[in-house]
Amino acid sequence: MGRTLAEKIWDAHVVRRADGEPDLLYIDLHMLHEVTSPQAFDGLRLAGRPVRKPEHTIATEDHNVPTLDIGNITDPVSKIQLETLRRNCAEFGVRIHSLGDPEQGIVFVVGPQLGLVQPGMTIVCGDSHTSTLGAFGGLAFGIGTSQVEHVLATQTLPMAPFKTMSVTVNGTLKPGVTAKDIILAVIARIGTGGGQGYVIEYRGEAIRNLSMEGRLTVCNMSIEGGARAGTIAPDETTFEYLKGRPHAPQGEEWDAAVEYWRTLYTDDDAVFDREVVIDADQLTPYVTWGTNPGQGAPLSSSVPDPADFADAVERAAAEQALSYMGLKAGTPLREVEINTVFLGSCTNGRIEDLRLAAEILRGRKVADNVQMLVVPGSAKVRLQAEGEGLDTVFKEAGAEWRFAGCSMCLGMNPDKLAPGERSASTSNRNFEGRQGKGGRTHLVSPAVAAASAVRGRLSSPADL
Amino acid sequence: MDKFTVHTGRVVPLRLSNVDTDQIIPAEYLKRVTRTGFGDGLFAVWRDQPDFVLNRTERAGADVLVAGPEFGTGSSREHAVWALQDYGFRTVLSSRFADIFRGNSLKAGLLTVLLPQEQIEEIWALTEADPTVELTVDLIERQVRIADRVFAFDLDDHSRRRLLEGLDDISITFQHLDEIEAYEATRPSFKPRTLPVPVA
Repeated sequence: MGRTLAEKIWDAHVVRRADGEPDLLYIDLHMLHEVTSPQAFDGLRLAGRPVRKPEHTIATEDHNVPTLDIGNITDPVSKIQLETLRRNCAEFGVRIHSLGDPEQGIVFVVGPQLGLVQPGMTIVCGDSHTSTLGAFGGLAFGIGTSQVEHVLATQTLPMAPFKTMSVTVNGTLKPGVTAKDIILAVIARIGTGGGQGYVIEYRGEAIRNLSMEGRLTVCNMSIEGGARAGTIAPDETTFEYLKGRPHAPQGEEWDAAVEYWRTLYTDDDAVFDREVVIDADQLTPYVTWGTNPGQGAPLSSSVPDPADFADAVERAAAEQALSYMGLKAGTPLREVEINTVFLGSCTNGRIEDLRLAAEILRGRKVADNVQMLVVPGSAKVRLQAEGEGLDTVFKEAGAEWRFAGCSMCLGMNPDKLAPGERSASTSNRNFEGRQGKGGRTHLVSPAVAAASAVRGRLSSPADL
Repeated sequence: MDKFTVHTGRVVPLRLSNVDTDQIIPAEYLKRVTRTGFGDGLFAVWRDQPDFVLNRTERAGADVLVAGPEFGTGSSREHAVWALQDYGFRTVLSSRFADIFRGNSLKAGLLTVLLPQEQIEEIWALTEADPTVELTVDLIERQVRIADRVFAFDLDDHSRRRLLEGLDDISITFQHLDEIEAYEATRPSFKPRTLPVPVA
């Protein structure tokens, strides 16, 4: 029987297989940031162990960094965490891109732009959004701090096997519908636990037609559907993106790599444990109305009535969500007023996302009562956007042009919602308090974010 | 890692689904660089509400958490496990755990027990009727016992043995160093390296 893409990559990384034990997998790339690594380095120090393969390891600073004045980290606890990472990297010989470095940024934006993320690789990071990096046709998954220490010490991880799921998106997306809408629709379909235990492979015409940026957005939110990893078979789009990047193979090595990468696809006779099919032609812009990413609906619909949920657990969750979100059942989502727009994060902080939003904001103004933050995913993205004049477009529209970091995706740095504030956010989690205590989050695409900024209500570009 | 064999304690019923890691330990608490002291951030926002289950006097000292489905969904932060342990919980029962949370818990010695939702509901009803009732999680027999009820649960042999013996994964892996080195010798040369840093 044939194998799926994920199974091929898994098999190629098995260091040891024995009865009654999980497989021991080799890890090709380990990415670090300041939040989940300090206790792992402490563990190494206590045991007197070195980092086994510094040449497969790289660190950057993203969660705690300020985006307004990067020379001034006002929170002393954040400062200690960043300084701890710098000290650990110096002590253990790990490459780091710190605040102010041209390669600094969100770990999952930095990896691809350096060309370090390539097809067929196993990649880990102490961050659930490592799933992003499967977009290049590798196995990329988030791990906890004990596992970070394990990989630092051994460059391997014992892993229990995954099940495989295909999500096939057939047809063509309509104008104004983006990769973000695909993944929000997928999660609304399968639920936050639907992917538990699975690696998802995204397939089909609509996925093939996505740019690398779009594929990264889709794979990013695999974890929001409960899957630890999402992957997409590499193709010409992947190779084109990689060619010439600082860490892409060169010359004969490039040819050898591409020859191998072309073997990375699911065999025709391979069988997935679960299959989901979505019709791209039917998709419209999606937004979330609740407090988990599965509580989403088309923007053209209304806030659902909890009484309509057949399942008692889902009904209770919907009731709690509406209460927290301050929403009434039956309200058209287009009438929901927002006062903050966040464009950025590892989900939608890449150059293509900024271009799309800028195109909508060009010649328009952000509504008077709305604050819009535009936060590039990396220092490189910021420079590139400035080279294209996008910063001017955002500033002229009345949005704030910030430095790179995780920013308002999570309440770990100065960019937060105040209690009761409501955002249209291109990030990935709408949990209670995720963007600041008492803050209310609607997850949206960059196009919906920009249009909502102009109208002050959840909107799509077609409403302008 | 501490061993886990058999534990008996009173129950905290958490009648919620999708208890995500941002609720278990909000991000503002993740700035610490040590493994200890996270208990004060456990369910920080909910604990501000006087009627939250952890604040009720009859639940003081209870160390078995029984929650609804999709417990631990969201981020990979192991701090969620450390916060539960630091607060005093020895074990968490739910009908579904998020994958990464589950892996983290078993690595760190917090036993997560999977039971069908009907049995979770039964435990909730028993402890709500009598908060003093004790529940036993027996990893040797792979059983949960409460009142006159006995529920079997599943846990793979490898994880069970690690917990029973308190084994450290890294030491186990180092026993296979020769196999790691043999694998490394076969890796294709086109695979990327982060060092040395290329000159622009």
